Amino acid sequence: MNFPSELKYTKDHEWVKVNGDTATIGVTDFAQGELGDIVFLDISSHGQSLSKESVFGTIEAVKTVSDLFMPVSGELIEVNPSLDSAPESINTDPYGEGWIIKVKMSNPAELDSLLDATAYKALTGN
Amino acid sequence: MSETNTLKSVALNDVHIALGAKMVPFAGYSMPLQYSNLIQEHNAVRNSVGVFDVSHMGEFVISGDKAIDLLQWVTSNDVSKLENGKIQYSCLPNEQGGIVDDLLVYRINEKVYLLVVNASNMQKDWDWIKNHNKFGAEMLDISDQTSLLAVQGPNALKVVQKLTDVNLSEIPYYSFVYGKVAGIENVLISCTGYTGAGGFELYVQNQDIKKLWDAVFEAGKEFGIMPCGLGSRDTLRLEKGFCLYGNDIDDTTSPIEAGLGWITKFNKDFVNKAYHEKIKTEGPTKKLVGFEMIDKGIPRHDYLIKNEGGETIGRVTSGTQSPSLNKAIGLGYVAMNFNALDSEIFIDIRGKLLKAKIIKIPFL
Repeated sequence: MNFPSELKYTKDHEWVKVNGDTATIGVTDFAQGELGDIVFLDISSHGQSLSKESVFGTIEAVKTVSDLFMPVSGELIEVNPSLDSAPESINTDPYGEGWIIKVKMSNPAELDSLLDATAYKALTGN
Repeated sequence: MSETNTLKSVALNDVHIALGAKMVPFAGYSMPLQYSNLIQEHNAVRNSVGVFDVSHMGEFVISGDKAIDLLQWVTSNDVSKLENGKIQYSCLPNEQGGIVDDLLVYRINEKVYLLVVNASNMQKDWDWIKNHNKFGAEMLDISDQTSLLAVQGPNALKVVQKLTDVNLSEIPYYSFVYGKVAGIENVLISCTGYTGAGGFELYVQNQDIKKLWDAVFEAGKEFGIMPCGLGSRDTLRLEKGFCLYGNDIDDTTSPIEAGLGWITKFNKDFVNKAYHEKIKTEGPTKKLVGFEMIDKGIPRHDYLIKNEGGETIGRVTSGTQSPSLNKAIGLGYVAMNFNALDSEIFIDIRGKLLKAKIIKIPFL
């Protein structure tokens, strides 16, 4: 299982990649493995400003549905357009092609509360 | 995880774990949900062959001169129509108009029957049948000694045929024989399954299941055989519109409402017959139907079904993204007047009303 060290993580099994004030967000390798085959993403909060830990969408696997939470506060400025036709890229490449949203952070200090790769890996029991 | 302590294990438990299966609690057993990938497992069964360990299922032997009297009384189908070597799908009606369980009834001979019941209902079924055994039939629970492999898919026959001299192509659907398979004597070879993909279910004693499993996988290698978990078992059965107890039928649903009128025979007496006959004569107030999503979304168990005006007209009992059809499908009870084929209905998915259309089942 893969835990890239350059990323930040949440206890809800999402990852955050920071580039200036933009955060790219997805679900972790561990999460996609637990969910199984991802078949659908429902993200209707495009363009909205949401606070940390609020639900920005849902991710559906064949057997389960899970909420997706904002790891940081900010405006949801982009949704990965390729997930509409290829949601399975979250399974095959969770940290790359399978990214889910981009957020313009309103309070980058919140990043300090996220986990680093070592702490997240420990959380998953690996 | 205190429940893990009380979970029962199937005889192949270590085999599943060694294969990397994701084990989950199901009906009191630790069972494989999936081994590697649900969709690959699903496709293996639809296109070639896959194997399910369903040893958690319950098996009861009902025997004696009065066996048929007990079975006619507790089951909804007409057991007198069964011949030796034939199998019947049936259900146990309860006294409140619902269903205790659905089951298979095997006629071994005129005085010996095998019942195969859902693991989740094993104790309930046993108690129910025992309490209705005013006839004095003999009852034996062989669930704990019995293992069951379902070898399913268009290539299942070729795989199992390599392991036996019994001519499998001569066993019709819903029929069975006893024969030697993989060197194991007296295997119950049953042409049944829960996938609609064809194949066989093989009943053996626990001590023989590992030998059978290994032989089946060796024989299936050339067909790309895969071990399959409960996840794909559910998507496969749902594509065929087969009911799952606890989802689509339960203690409160009538077999008539569930579309199981074909296994409910009023030419004989059975528990609560008058009630079900009344529903059949007067017509039910709701009916189990199949639907496909038109808007994007996946229906799930217990989501509400609404009409265009937002009034509740039913509820979803099963739903999934169908791997074979690549669309979202579901089953649900919908009130009469709203449940005709091609009707538009709306599924309340997390507060959004998403359009769906009633279509015929099986979906595939």
